[in-house]
Amino acid sequence: MSELRRTPLHEAHLEAGAKLMPFAGWEMPVQYPDGITAEHEAVRSGCGVFDVSHMGQIEIRGRQTLEVLQKALTNDASKVEVGGSQYSCLCEEGGGVLDDLFSYRLADDRWLSVTNASNHPRDFERFEVEAKRWDVEVEDVADNIAMLAVQGPEARRIVGGLCDEDLPGRFEVASASVAGSPMLVCGTGYTGEDGVELLMPPESALKTWKALVSAGAVPAGLGARDTLRLEACYCLYGNELSLDRTPIEAGLGWAVKEETGFIGSEACLEAREDTSGDRLVAFELPDGGIPRNGNPILKTGERIGEVTSGTLSPTRDLGIGMGYVPGELSDPGTEIEIDVRGKMRKAVVDKMPLYSRDG
Amino acid sequence: MNAAAYPEDLKYHPEHDWARVEGDEAVFGITWYAQDALGEVVFYEPPAVGTTVDKDKPYTELESVKAVSEIFAPLSGEIVAVNEALGDAPEAINSDPYGEGWLVRIKVNDPSELDALMDSAAYQAMLDG
Repeated sequence: MSELRRTPLHEAHLEAGAKLMPFAGWEMPVQYPDGITAEHEAVRSGCGVFDVSHMGQIEIRGRQTLEVLQKALTNDASKVEVGGSQYSCLCEEGGGVLDDLFSYRLADDRWLSVTNASNHPRDFERFEVEAKRWDVEVEDVADNIAMLAVQGPEARRIVGGLCDEDLPGRFEVASASVAGSPMLVCGTGYTGEDGVELLMPPESALKTWKALVSAGAVPAGLGARDTLRLEACYCLYGNELSLDRTPIEAGLGWAVKEETGFIGSEACLEAREDTSGDRLVAFELPDGGIPRNGNPILKTGERIGEVTSGTLSPTRDLGIGMGYVPGELSDPGTEIEIDVRGKMRKAVVDKMPLYSRDG
Repeated sequence: MNAAAYPEDLKYHPEHDWARVEGDEAVFGITWYAQDALGEVVFYEPPAVGTTVDKDKPYTELESVKAVSEIFAPLSGEIVAVNEALGDAPEAINSDPYGEGWLVRIKVNDPSELDALMDSAAYQAMLDG
């Protein structure tokens, strides 16, 4: 196995007593001494800060950038104004998902896409192949960027206090100085809370991290990031999203605009029209049990699908999860069963998201 | 989850379980190291009284937020009592792994199995190894 990569905050994590684990080729903090539940609650009620420097970034620039994005991304990039952002998938011809990513329009003909660490090389390759056919330059800028996610109802107050300008709104992006360092401030996140994501040169990361923690942001690890995103029903690549599923099956049809003619658009259209196809659902286990990735989902004793993610919800104090079931069994209220290592647990399909900050 | 501790009166199994022998019975639990590695325990369903457990084999499981872990029996025997209180308060496994966090009590089949377990010093040497 090759050496794990470390973020610029590695020493700070060790000093804080974090438990580190390998994740997508990186050595990342999974939790700090107070534990996942405390970190989760800090983000739901106050503010947490996550080191997500493992995530990749690709800059796409040039006169015909929009052409490349419309071909590579499932969403309609032409709808995004300068200073805006958009969630999208990257599909293969058959509709399978190569990655899901946020793209930020930094200037008229300059965009930045944030990729999942494990998919970054193939995302870059896809953009590069498309860019060759147009007057467009693609640059892998992942090594030049450290990334922090500051999330929670207090996140904007805390970051705002370290920043001399107004923070960009939800899904907006702007350059600003935070704790004295220039960076990109993005009104996005992966927790179901309001907050911002900060993209900066690696050498600014430690100073920014310390300033955020001093101002009251609680260090939070990948463990809490996972429980938070699962309550908010955000897909995780490798769990809900894979080459075996279209974004339509994953419930991401809102981010799929077949009319743009992206790679995989025909397969997505087909999946959209096939209402008996599988759909991703969220569910809870009202009578106990914690579902886990890979547990079979049953209906009247017959296997109908598989759990893609499961955990104990710190907010609801119940087992929750997501998984694929046939479309006709995907309505909220549908009773299903989860086979949790041989024990049949009652589960009920619930509306997505399982947690919403608006209650 | 305070400082690491490995009481002298316990016997230790390499899978990070402890046994406290009381007459012909023994109480089982997991070590400080095990609860720290597992993180906050959020779910535990005790096994049934009357089931037999085999030394070195899993007899129950503990769930943390992130994962489920099998728990191994340090000795063989029959379960005579289980810690029902953990159903509502599994966090005791973290806060008091050698006290309130005990898991099961068994009637020991073969006291000679004790010879294969480690004392506190040997277990800590294994952890440091």
